[in-house]
Amino acid sequence: MRALTWHGKHDVRMETVDDPQIVNPRDAIIRITSTAICGSDLHLYDSYIPTLHKGDILGHEFMGEVVETGPGSTLQTGQRVVVPFVIACGKCFFCEKQQFAACDNSNPAEKADMSEVLYGQAMTGAFGYSHLTGGYAGGQAEYVRVPYSDVGPIVIPDGLEDDKVLFLSDILPTGWMAAENCQIEPGDTVAVWGCGPVGLFAIQSAFLQGAHRVIAIDHYPHRLELAKSMGAEILNYHDVKVRESLMEMTAGIGPDAVIDAVGMESHGFTIDNILDAVKTTTKLGTDRTHVLREVILACRKGGRVSIPGVYGGMADKFPIGALMEKGLSVKTGQTHVQKYLRPLLEMIGEGKVDTTFLISHRLPLERAPEGYKMFKEQQNEVTKVVLKPDWQKEAA
Amino acid sequence: MSDDNVERAMRSDAPPTTAVHQRDVAKEAAEARGWDEAAVVGRTVLINRPRAELYAFWRDFRNLATFMENVESVTPGDGRTSHWVIKAPAGKTVEWDSILVEDIEGELIAWESAEGADVKNTGRIEFRDNTAGRGTELSATIVYDPPAGEIGKLIAKLFQKEPKIQARRELRRFKQLMETGEVSTSEAPFAAPRGGSHAKG
Repeated sequence: MRALTWHGKHDVRMETVDDPQIVNPRDAIIRITSTAICGSDLHLYDSYIPTLHKGDILGHEFMGEVVETGPGSTLQTGQRVVVPFVIACGKCFFCEKQQFAACDNSNPAEKADMSEVLYGQAMTGAFGYSHLTGGYAGGQAEYVRVPYSDVGPIVIPDGLEDDKVLFLSDILPTGWMAAENCQIEPGDTVAVWGCGPVGLFAIQSAFLQGAHRVIAIDHYPHRLELAKSMGAEILNYHDVKVRESLMEMTAGIGPDAVIDAVGMESHGFTIDNILDAVKTTTKLGTDRTHVLREVILACRKGGRVSIPGVYGGMADKFPIGALMEKGLSVKTGQTHVQKYLRPLLEMIGEGKVDTTFLISHRLPLERAPEGYKMFKEQQNEVTKVVLKPDWQKEAA
Repeated sequence: MSDDNVERAMRSDAPPTTAVHQRDVAKEAAEARGWDEAAVVGRTVLINRPRAELYAFWRDFRNLATFMENVESVTPGDGRTSHWVIKAPAGKTVEWDSILVEDIEGELIAWESAEGADVKNTGRIEFRDNTAGRGTELSATIVYDPPAGEIGKLIAKLFQKEPKIQARRELRRFKQLMETGEVSTSEAPFAAPRGGSHAKG
């Protein structure tokens, strides 16, 4: 089959590789119909994520048609499914608590050692995102093997086209959980740092969960426009002082809840960051936690801090005093995608949630390397690139 | 001195394998068995399955090869003996006999290597109900004598390098198999196709 593979910094290629096969009873093979490039894929592209090997297939936002099932799968050939980026077994202590992104079994035993050393416990498996999360092949390909296919994939009813449901795989539930982690109460003002896909979905979700006001912070004019079109008030941090603005706009109280939808990645998720805490004390380190420091300082006393933005290592100059003295609550984590699929699919079906506005570019899978390049270089205009394996290379 | 260290560690409510002074724990384990040297490895995992089921699967020693990476086969012999064949580098194998020394249904399996084994080893697998009803806690404790000689070097390569890592991988696979019915894998090419040197052109 054809697949997008990683070979090094800014070097991704289309290659012909083996087709995946059913190897375990609960596996299914999906023929991909749509797959997206995620903002976090750019950090693989920039070669900042450790434990990626040459030839690894990328992609963790994908959907398609079931073409083969193992005896333990509950899927049927021909069904259209969206697949969560987090792989969860459905049987362990964590899965039973619906903490799917903490599944104890999906990361293969020989891959789990590194994160156990780094984080105290082993991370969960995920598609196409380095060997730290299992070394699973991703979905920017013609086919993908989906382990534990009786747990993750959600069947999509006819009539809902791919573009409407594709983002159930990651960024829509991630934005939803980011808002849920704010525990929004009537009258609340929520401030969101970062108007990338997750930030924008968090804004949409915050309003659906009852936020009175949402204030969005970014520096890309087009992304701020999108935030505004969703009803958010906007701040361009190149033009106004963010903390002072937030205090003025909330009459000296501060936002009730704050969302860091930027994370450490925007400033580099490097191997030294993970393996060498000492290096995080360099000037690179202080940059990295800039948004996290800012959300904590901006949040009102007794407020809530939600961190969907990805961090990987150790933080330096962390405002622990502000966190404690102001009595803030913090909620974070990779998204328990499986938990949110059904309610979000219903909301899409009812027209309460729209995700299609985000898609700025659609390309044939064969042009994926080009998609990476433009997503990386034109962040203002390129908000989301969707790849279509069925399209001919020449198609626009 | 070493006795003090171990004794003090035992006043905490944690197993001896967590003691700060592991060399003293190892020394004591060696003395208790009349060995020159010993290495001790311990690990506990929570498994969301009934105790009886886990015990029964483990007790049928033929099953061990399904989740132990280096074990090619375990063949139960007469009575309490079983024969182990272990994969070694360069396509070689290492073999020994193991004797079941304690066996309490649903609770405990303990073994010792038979006289003349290349790697003298003893092990205990304990099964306990989690007191909060979260399933079964399995504790594995392995004590082995780091081998000498040519064959010893070969085996050392296999076991001694990271025996603790080896043990935690085996227990992770056991937990996966018991909870999910399968062992998670991303092995190239079929479980996880790859390009680069695996590419088809």
